[in-house]
Amino acid sequence: MASSAAAIPQAAKSKSFVSRMFGGDQIAFAITWTFAAFILLITATLVWQLWVKSMPARDKFGFEFFTTTTWDPPGEKFGALPFIYGTVVTSFVALLISVPLGVGAAIFLSEMAPRKLSNIATFLVELLAAVPSVIYGLLAIFTLIPLLRTIGEPLLQSTLGFLPFFDGPMYGVSFLAAGFILAIMTFPFIISISREALMEVPREQREAALALGATKWEATWQAVVPHARLGIMGSVFLGLARALGETMAVTMVIGNTPTISASLFSPGSTIAASIANEFAEASGDVYKASLIYLGLVLFLLTIVINGLARILIIATTRKGST
Amino acid sequence: MDARTRRRYFVNSLMLGLTGVCTLLTVSILFMILGYLVWNGGKALDWAFFTKLPKPPGEVGGGMANAIVGSAKLILLASAIGIPIGFLAGVYLSEFGGRTFPYIVRYVCDLLNGVPSIVIGIFAWTLIVVPMKHFSGWAGGAALSLMLIPIATRSTEQFLRSVPLSMREGSLALGASKWRTVASVVVPASMTGVLTGMILGVARIAGETAPLLFTCLGNQFWSDGFNTPTASLPVMIYTHAISPYDDWHRQAWAAGLVLLVLVLVSNIAARLIMSRGTAPGS
Repeated sequence: MASSAAAIPQAAKSKSFVSRMFGGDQIAFAITWTFAAFILLITATLVWQLWVKSMPARDKFGFEFFTTTTWDPPGEKFGALPFIYGTVVTSFVALLISVPLGVGAAIFLSEMAPRKLSNIATFLVELLAAVPSVIYGLLAIFTLIPLLRTIGEPLLQSTLGFLPFFDGPMYGVSFLAAGFILAIMTFPFIISISREALMEVPREQREAALALGATKWEATWQAVVPHARLGIMGSVFLGLARALGETMAVTMVIGNTPTISASLFSPGSTIAASIANEFAEASGDVYKASLIYLGLVLFLLTIVINGLARILIIATTRKGST
Repeated sequence: MDARTRRRYFVNSLMLGLTGVCTLLTVSILFMILGYLVWNGGKALDWAFFTKLPKPPGEVGGGMANAIVGSAKLILLASAIGIPIGFLAGVYLSEFGGRTFPYIVRYVCDLLNGVPSIVIGIFAWTLIVVPMKHFSGWAGGAALSLMLIPIATRSTEQFLRSVPLSMREGSLALGASKWRTVASVVVPASMTGVLTGMILGVARIAGETAPLLFTCLGNQFWSDGFNTPTASLPVMIYTHAISPYDDWHRQAWAAGLVLLVLVLVSNIAARLIMSRGTAPGS
């Protein structure tokens, strides 16, 4: 025993200078810490760049940027209201379609379907999330747009035409088309996270309601869904964040004209679509800066919505970290 | 049975039926997408697609060989930057982290993950295209790597964390130092998971279009190295789909099919490995 105790300082002495100063653990710590810190650095640079590079537009237009509607590159007058309007309208239409369908599907998958079927269906739905957005756009151009122009929009006009939303000329490319495609793209988020939240609801909640004589639907709607409402709201916010930032599919179906129109049949544009469409060709500092300013607005918007979603999801499920 | 009970039963079956319809609708969309794309893409796909350069508008024929190679180059570059950074940062978060700093990193990672891809494009443009004064493969690859880093970091962290504490303790009890434990026990034990996580991340960036639009732009010809504008499959699909030429539409379908097959196959493979591998998902 005594000999092995004496051997330890011996071994320590024979180590090189570097490893005596910093053990392997400290080196490993320093290396991995550097890379973690790099992520902070790069994100800080991103914010900084967006802020600095949008300076010319912020100086020139100030708050008017958000309240004026003229988007006139040759005249160097930029008002972002049509794009903000388009972003809000398309996201709203998307959620109007995807929330009832998505939550309905989530209820079916968590409450009704056998576990095996539920898992397979969820797997398939989550695959939808992996499909690149440019492919949604490609499909929409050649299927959704002609369908809307020839069948969907005339039908809506003849039945609901008294509303200002379903009025005016029909081109196919429209707020409505963008809303539809965004709805399809937000399904996977809403379904998979709402299902997760519903499955976290304790069994007793269902059994208590059923024992009181509730039907299956009453138990689900009055006892289970309210219990999972925060998680469901979180999934909706997550879908919303996706819809707000979605670029390619929207650019391909919305028509890219800065218009504000009550009619959903009208072509329009969104923040992301206008950047995608104009940035490469934009000449002049103010033009570029205005587009970067739009990027900054979009960035802040999605951060807030994502943050809200995360808080809500963490509150109800354990899947919040993804 | 009184009228009220009958109504309740009716509402019960109606609403439960409706939720089934919702599921059917949403799942069938996947099959419609797959089916329509396979149908159109299959008709359009030929050998020339993989071997020839694009033809000028109006001429029939040609392929997207340069875009396939271009996409491969961009993905390689993005992986070469993104995977090591993401992996090491993930190791830090899971193994070496203290209390506050990892929390901040984790938060910022999720934030970066949620940034719209078009904004990432703007960032890469200001950072690389502006100083270089021209569009380049470097800028495109860097933009994609920015999207890969947060995904790689968080998935590495998640899989390292799923290694049981007892394995770490066993290694430490045998006298191994901390980094030794991480390098020879924790990382090998979670390798399957970490790798599948990386595959999912790469599959995600492979289909990204928006960050490439004004970083590596696009190219109708071959591009040497990384210093010139580079063609990529997603951008090709975009430009061809919105063009007015029928033959370009045909090419867009073919490219869409190739891209979708790549993305879905890697996703399905990764998920199968994950559900079967030693390390549990979460």
